[in-house]
Amino acid sequence: MPEPIIKVQHISKQYHIGSRERINKTFREALTDAFLAPVRNLINLRRMTRVEEDQSKSDIIWALKDINFSILPGEVIGIIGRNGAGKSTLLKILSRITSPTSGDIRLNGRISSLLEVGTGFHPELTGRENIYLNGTILGMRKQEIDRKFDEIIAFSEIEKFLDTPVKRYSSGMYVRLAFAVAAHLEPEILLVDEVLAVGDAAFQKKCLGKMGDVAKEGRTILFVSHNLAAVISLCTRSFLFDHGTLITGGATEDVVNQYIQDTTEKTKVPLDMRTDRKGDGRVRVTSFSITSSKGSPSIQSGDLMQITIGYTSQYPPSGVNFLVGIYDQLNRPIFFLDSRTTGGIPKNLKQDGYVSCITGPVNISPGPCIVNVAIIVNEDLVDHIPNITTLDIEPADF
Amino acid sequence: MNTFSSQKSHIHIKPPEGFQYVDLREISHYRDLLFFMIKRNIKVKYKQTVLGGLWAVIQPFFMMVVFTLFFGKLAKIPSDGIPYPIFNYSAMVVWAYFSQALSQSGNSIVGEGNLISKIYFPRIIIPLIPVLAGLLDFCIAFFVLILMMCYFHIYPSISSIYLPFLVLLLILTASGVGMVLAALNAKYRDIQYTIPFLVQLWMFASPIVYPSSLIPERYRIYYALNPMVGIIEGFRSALLRTDAFPTQTVLVSSLVSLTLFLVGLVYFKQVERYFADVL
Repeated sequence: MPEPIIKVQHISKQYHIGSRERINKTFREALTDAFLAPVRNLINLRRMTRVEEDQSKSDIIWALKDINFSILPGEVIGIIGRNGAGKSTLLKILSRITSPTSGDIRLNGRISSLLEVGTGFHPELTGRENIYLNGTILGMRKQEIDRKFDEIIAFSEIEKFLDTPVKRYSSGMYVRLAFAVAAHLEPEILLVDEVLAVGDAAFQKKCLGKMGDVAKEGRTILFVSHNLAAVISLCTRSFLFDHGTLITGGATEDVVNQYIQDTTEKTKVPLDMRTDRKGDGRVRVTSFSITSSKGSPSIQSGDLMQITIGYTSQYPPSGVNFLVGIYDQLNRPIFFLDSRTTGGIPKNLKQDGYVSCITGPVNISPGPCIVNVAIIVNEDLVDHIPNITTLDIEPADF
Repeated sequence: MNTFSSQKSHIHIKPPEGFQYVDLREISHYRDLLFFMIKRNIKVKYKQTVLGGLWAVIQPFFMMVVFTLFFGKLAKIPSDGIPYPIFNYSAMVVWAYFSQALSQSGNSIVGEGNLISKIYFPRIIIPLIPVLAGLLDFCIAFFVLILMMCYFHIYPSISSIYLPFLVLLLILTASGVGMVLAALNAKYRDIQYTIPFLVQLWMFASPIVYPSSLIPERYRIYYALNPMVGIIEGFRSALLRTDAFPTQTVLVSSLVSLTLFLVGLVYFKQVERYFADVL
């Protein structure tokens, strides 16, 4: 077995979150507090950079806790997880922007990180000047940039504006130029964080293509993304993070599946206990079911679907509309129902009740999908439940 | 790729413990970055101004005019036997550079916070950029000093050969104090409010509007602990022949400024690890 290019052992990272603001009840309290504030501020500021031994303290969070893994040269690794899972902290530690609280990492190669495109770009400088500035910030030498200059220009498609200050660029041009510089780095290890979330679809495709090329050249890539489709297409192996711990690592397909399962677990929480609802709740969804028109919970591709939504309203509702969206695993919309366009909801509904609808034959490709429901009253979103339930569409010879 | 194909680089990441040394090899690898950042600093400085580089002269020159009126004419402060305007301007050239370098350097880490939290490079480069970029302004203002010397028919003495050394002391002092302030400022933002009056106080603690000869003889040695005293008096003696070259004062000042530089460097290195976490 070859030697790993990245070896991460017992990495933890501790952050201090600010302590709570205190509220003064009386004028006297406020006055004494104002005089004591500098002392308290000083204590707080000093604590900010100290490693806390007592791990039970309430103002400490562990962005990462005892992370271990190793990566072989040439692997393309996806890192997925919800917001706040510790993905970005991991990249920051690997790229030496911040140091770990404990643990040990060995890297056997030159490393470059792309946590943001266009870091260090100065709006007043021209495209040409920014290429050199950004390139050297990313760790290139001048002669290296000289050599790749024409390639960078060609990739960014901004030849004509090379000597224009970048503040005059459209945001698309800006991003293209920034990515072009970054794409021509030649590190052995490349760390990429969500940079593909910018630019238009065509450019995103180009970026993904470029990353694929880089991977083919045998470089090691760590790719953090919420774009599961991109992770699946690029990465051979993936890690799933949650709340600072490494939940699982393995073949990308399996890890992505587990991630999706973990997120859908939430649907088992009763509707009125869900905390991820949006809207003012004037009218609320109380129950939801989606079955085939024959009443069977399993739906085949091409079935008619019966959707029933129970609701309750604080006052006699009028102008109420219901929206149902079905998304695939990667959160791409595949089916959408909107009673504003379909019609069929009476003007005056009862205060509590059900609405039900039967669709035509729906050609959804087989596989798991996620259902979102929303209620709209006179164009105001009053209730929105993401991921209210999941479906597993079964294949059929429709 | 130079470092890439010829040799494998091994990086070991662990929590920083004990004394942090300055990695000269790494700084040398990033010297192009330092160069382009200095270039950026210079190019951007006078963008969208009408007078551009003239500002490098206008600031010290108008300060000199004001000081000449108030201290030279009204308060009749002595000026070592040479015309007050050039007596003052020779110090203002040095001071304008020093105060700009100091305050920009002191605010540099906070100012480049976005860069520091997004990318790795030797942090020590950041506070050095304004100190080095300011040298161009210094040269412009210095050129005007030469014109004034011609006007007043004052010619430099042989000790002008020490001028590069005095400029080096100036750079060391500005970057040393700049590094300490920049590092402190990252965590304690009180520093950004302290810098303006630190600069002001320091100005009156240096022989800019008055000559060192006003300081009683027995306190001169303590006075020289302010490195700006040696630098400014050295400048005056070399260019304006105010007095014999103040070797003793310059020596004390050199020691102090070298110490300041080393203290700045060491302190900065010890605390740079947490910059990304507090910015």
